[in-house]
Amino acid sequence: MTTIEKTTDEVLQLAATHFKVPREQLKADDDFFKTLGINSLQALDLLTRLEQHFHIELPDYELQGVSDFRTLAERIQSRL
Amino acid sequence: MLNLREYQCLGEALRAALDRWPDELCLIEANRDHENARFTYRQFKDAALSLARALQDAGFQNGTRAAILMTNQSKWLISAYAIFFSGGVLVPVDYKLTPIEQTQLLAHSKTEFLVVEYHAWRALTQASNFSAMHPRVVLVSEAPANADLAGAKRWEEFRAAGEPAFVPRERKDPACIVYSSGTAGRPKGCVLTHENYLEQCMAVTPIFPFWPGARYLSIIPTNHAIDFMGGFIMPFTGGGAVVHLRTLRPEFIRDAFTRYKITYMAVVPLILTNLQRGLRERFAALSPMKRRMLNALISVNRALTRSRPRLGLSRTLLRDIHQAFGGSLRTLLVGGAFTEPATIAFFHDLGIPIYNGYGCTEACTAITLNDQRPFRPETVGRPVRGMEIRILSPDAEGVGEVAVRSKTVMSRYLDDPEMTAETIVDGWLMTGDLGRLDQSGQLQLFGRKKNMIVTEEGKNIYPEDVEALFEGVAVKEYCVFAANFLWPARTMVGEQLVIVVRPEADNASAEKLVASLGERNRRLLNYKRVSGYLIWEAEFPRTASMKIKRAELAEQIRGATGREAVVPL
Repeated sequence: MTTIEKTTDEVLQLAATHFKVPREQLKADDDFFKTLGINSLQALDLLTRLEQHFHIELPDYELQGVSDFRTLAERIQSRL
Repeated sequence: MLNLREYQCLGEALRAALDRWPDELCLIEANRDHENARFTYRQFKDAALSLARALQDAGFQNGTRAAILMTNQSKWLISAYAIFFSGGVLVPVDYKLTPIEQTQLLAHSKTEFLVVEYHAWRALTQASNFSAMHPRVVLVSEAPANADLAGAKRWEEFRAAGEPAFVPRERKDPACIVYSSGTAGRPKGCVLTHENYLEQCMAVTPIFPFWPGARYLSIIPTNHAIDFMGGFIMPFTGGGAVVHLRTLRPEFIRDAFTRYKITYMAVVPLILTNLQRGLRERFAALSPMKRRMLNALISVNRALTRSRPRLGLSRTLLRDIHQAFGGSLRTLLVGGAFTEPATIAFFHDLGIPIYNGYGCTEACTAITLNDQRPFRPETVGRPVRGMEIRILSPDAEGVGEVAVRSKTVMSRYLDDPEMTAETIVDGWLMTGDLGRLDQSGQLQLFGRKKNMIVTEEGKNIYPEDVEALFEGVAVKEYCVFAANFLWPARTMVGEQLVIVVRPEADNASAEKLVASLGERNRRLLNYKRVSGYLIWEAEFPRTASMKIKRAELAEQIRGATGREAVVPL
């Protein structure tokens, strides 16, 4: 069973790689719109990368109202 | 295309359309790379009428208010038709709002019937203000087999046999209540009549004609006035088809263009700039030789399309690019917010005409449309048919507030005669936007007179709606403004909100204040956040009832300090 800590760490790593920012600059409670400087469509793009990595399908609405990595990781965790 | 002059209400016009083109395709619902559903006009009619009959059996009647809270999908349009057929008033609710905000609008509109997707219903039932709304019947779509529906019924099972009765409405009767803002503050429910919609459809159709075989890709939320018109009323009354995508992922949007041979798509500037970014990346990956060839072809296309778009020519010159858009795309309509002329020019150079428009929910969508004849990306075009525009109190350069008059202007704001009287004066709708009509009758926009912003996603944000979230922050008083309202700038892009705070005398720690503001800010949806704060030491001017005199405070701030004093959050 994957722990939420591990999932969160993988989300942060993927976001860092995808948006080309140093991993150490990202923290679980960061607002990803602000930290990564991205808009809602770019956030959906990140969701696609996360789906491929975790082998799950996340409907767009799962991102509704979510703006920090930790909550995003929780949404993923619930589908693993 | 139906002659809409012959019809009194949307239900009647749509009913005629369903009978006119029974075997033509009217609706496709796709999710990612597979298709969920496909309807001819006849199949759509059958699906909607059994729902209408069940609604009527449950007490739905003339004037009943029914809300739809759904992402873009076939059940949205089937439900909307069943509501119009049964004489109802539709309340389209933005699925992107928070459950608390959605509940506020459902309560304000006194919605009696609610059609909602399961995930949204689950969120509503957990909202702290859930008990504020009182729908009699709730229909939930796509609920898992053993889900607890909290008293709601399943949309898929809510059907009844037998012919429902068609309930006619008059042209001046309300068709929809569309909220243009006011979730936390004063709700602005635009009451739009059947006449508003029928006239708007007639005004825009000459520029965007539909016919059997024409296809519209629907990605702007259907609750938004643009998609409701472009992705429902217009294609249906012209015999065309709507393609719904259950995802906004860019890769599936690209795929839908080619798979479904899309004719039109309406977008907000954010989507357009995203498409632009994707194309730029592809161009950058070309070999130097191919890049030079592409640039040469773009230059030729640009020179030949200055006076008007020439689709056939552009499709030949820039074949690969047009094939990537499916080969049938005629126009991208961009609206909801102001679009940078450079972005419009980028697509125009590729031979993909961008028709940019200007409008507002209060005017039932489009006020002007720019059909790029000639190519003038800096304007928002000429008034659509039947629309009168006046520039009020123009300055030396001819810039003043844009006021409009037309049969498409809403009847009123729901339950707010005071705001209605401020907004519609002697039949003229005060838009609060600043503009100038040039000699050729094209409208150019130069910022806003009103204290609000519009995001790149086409969302109208009013500072009053954002303020409530900052309640309790450790300052003496605070007030949220649009930065361009405090310091007028002749632009409508990159608009931001600023919170003005009067700190406590002992509030020595600026760090603590910033942390507190930042924490509140994060509770707001990302597009509603304030971008910075301004320290203001003087007491805020207030009315006798202790309301902040916003205009007066803004004037004081404007006179004392500039934009550079704002500290980013």
